Amino acid sequence: MSKLREIITTHFGIDAVYCVGLSPAFVPEFRIQRERFEEAASMMKRVGARLVAEWAVDETLLGRSFAVYACYAADKEYLLAACDVPLNDPTFPSLTKKYVPAFRFERQIHSLMGLTPSGHAHSDLRPWIKFEDWPPDAWPLRKTFDASRRLPRVAGEYRWARVSGEGVYEIPVGPVHAGIIEPGHFRFQAAGENILNLEERLGYTHKGIEKRFESLSWADGTRLAGRVSGDSTVAHALAYCRAVEGICGCEPPPRAHWLRALLLERERIANHLGDIAAIANDAAFAFLLYQFARLKETILRTNKRLFGNRYLKDRIVPGGIAVDLPLEGADLIRAELDGLLKEFERLLTIYDLSPSLEDRLRTTGILSPELARDLGTVGFVARASGQALDCRIQAPFLPYDQIPPSMVVLDSCDVHARAWVRIEEIRDSARLIREFLLKIPSGELRVPLLPPGPDRSGFSVVEGWRGEIVYWVQSGLSGDINRCMIRDPSSVNWLGLEQAVLGNIVPDFPLCNKSFNQSYSGNDL
Amino acid sequence: MLRILQQIFRTGVVTEPLSDEVETEVVLVGARLEEAIRRRFSRSLVIREVDSGSCNGCELEIIAMNNPVYNSERFGIHFTASPRFADMLLVTGPVSLNMEIALKRTYDATPDPKLVVAVGDCGCNGGIFGESYATLGGVGAVIPVDAYIPGCPPTPVDLLNGILTVIDGRRT
Ligand code: SF4
Repeated sequence: MSKLREIITTHFGIDAVYCVGLSPAFVPEFRIQRERFEEAASMMKRVGARLVAEWAVDETLLGRSFAVYACYAADKEYLLAACDVPLNDPTFPSLTKKYVPAFRFERQIHSLMGLTPSGHAHSDLRPWIKFEDWPPDAWPLRKTFDASRRLPRVAGEYRWARVSGEGVYEIPVGPVHAGIIEPGHFRFQAAGENILNLEERLGYTHKGIEKRFESLSWADGTRLAGRVSGDSTVAHALAYCRAVEGICGCEPPPRAHWLRALLLERERIANHLGDIAAIANDAAFAFLLYQFARLKETILRTNKRLFGNRYLKDRIVPGGIAVDLPLEGADLIRAELDGLLKEFERLLTIYDLSPSLEDRLRTTGILSPELARDLGTVGFVARASGQALDCRIQAPFLPYDQIPPSMVVLDSCDVHARAWVRIEEIRDSARLIREFLLKIPSGELRVPLLPPGPDRSGFSVVEGWRGEIVYWVQSGLSGDINRCMIRDPSSVNWLGLEQAVLGNIVPDFPLCNKSFNQSYSGNDL
Repeated sequence: MLRILQQIFRTGVVTEPLSDEVETEVVLVGARLEEAIRRRFSRSLVIREVDSGSCNGCELEIIAMNNPVYNSERFGIHFTASPRFADMLLVTGPVSLNMEIALKRTYDATPDPKLVVAVGDCGCNGGIFGESYATLGGVGAVIPVDAYIPGCPPTPVDLLNGILTVIDGRRT
């Protein structure tokens, strides 16, 4: 028996009800009493598990009440612990005292589902994603909420964290930013050039995605998942499809698994290239911006030529994959990678030997390993701060269980590390792709998807280029979508940025931000 | 430094290897675009990009328009950080409820005469997100729009083409 599961069963005994109906079956789900929800968190914390996500579900259509779920992970194991929350007393024990990132999850639960976390003296109940000019009782994730209704604007005020003192001033930035990027608001308190505090305020791109899923069929949901975060269209579609295949008991053919991984690694290379370009540019090294951007463009063009879409949108479907690798595809990809890597290495020499770049990147925006762990960060942000987390390795599926990626972990925790992890990952993804190409089996591309039974749930984690993407889906009584919970890596990694910039100078903020490059849309949903 | 120069020479001008179809298209569109910009905007069309709630997919292609392969600068297209300098707003969306006010303010801050181009299926009509409690639909639901560039996301060539259509279409 696995560790986390054993802890719950031995500690709670029959009070922890093991729920059948979650797929994959090796991820256990327990229902515990509401009063003991936090106790489970302490047990998990004690053995070093991290809090992956916390979310609320309206289960009234399933004949129950509200429920709050928490997902924990340690090493190769994921575990779900849930508690019922009665309709007439919509409160639940806060996990914030045990896990820092819980405060963001709980603000979101409070804002969108109307459940109040209790037991934490400093509970931050300011709206999150929801804005202060929404009616306070507009809880979109409740089943009683009419999603097609226009919300009236009401008067409201947002209380910002404030720093005071002589010479302290405030800089508001956004939501419309200077560059061609997504909208969000940053509030800095600074003294001289040094940042004393940064508070992010996100939610500007909230499109009601989770609610929207509930009105779609399982198959149509794929297109929406591919549009949660435009740069991670492959990873999100894959994570969604894997969760849906779990709940529907559908096993895609082997060839589909291999091709999906091929697309996922291509997405990783393209985005990493773009980010390294952007980081160099923010350190005023425009030469590298154009060079790396050119390399990224070659990947996009090959994508278009082989798979019919520059970003590989809508290529992954439940039950398999919508496109095949053409006959000449393998050779074309090999030739592309040969050319690309040769150029890449040449550019890296320039990158590495540039003292001005080094001066800007090193020791800038440090996120200590302790903070990276305590904030629950994932992906390259975590790996650049010494955390060995990569769910391609920790929760592998075909073909990653046969051809494992290398875990790239650095410990300088700065902008440089966040760039360099990605440099190593480009090399590693290229290796993976080459090895995949030698072993992709022939055969079918997709199998039909049968609807799931009532009141079941599916769970998946996929390592997108930003990190661990989590989907949890639940079917309603007629086999429709009752809930689709999405946790983009950004939801936790944005917390890291707030901490990493402290003590840095304001002009280095763009550089720090670029080195994180988190998704606004994936966070705001 | 030598390495940088070497790399620059080795790379050459990637903007113009005109072998394949797409490249040809860029140059054809580009030439007409340049002509229109020269005539109507004294050689320089200044664009402010506004993301009013997109998934970031459209932004990727707008950024790609500036890469060395498409190099929209050569046609006189510049992106500016401030709406106050802009001739054109390139707006992606669906317009989210939470961006509605910011979009209107950006529009108001842009001096007249101004052009508004709605980008992407979402910018055109709300796309897959449609209209809901959180989204108001396409850009046209919030500010007046002069032209639409559909696609999910539209490619850099689609974007160049779309921009050409709007500035050409307004010829007097
Ligand atoms: S049109 Fe497509 S790429 Fe553009 S914002 Fe909408 S979903 Fe994203």
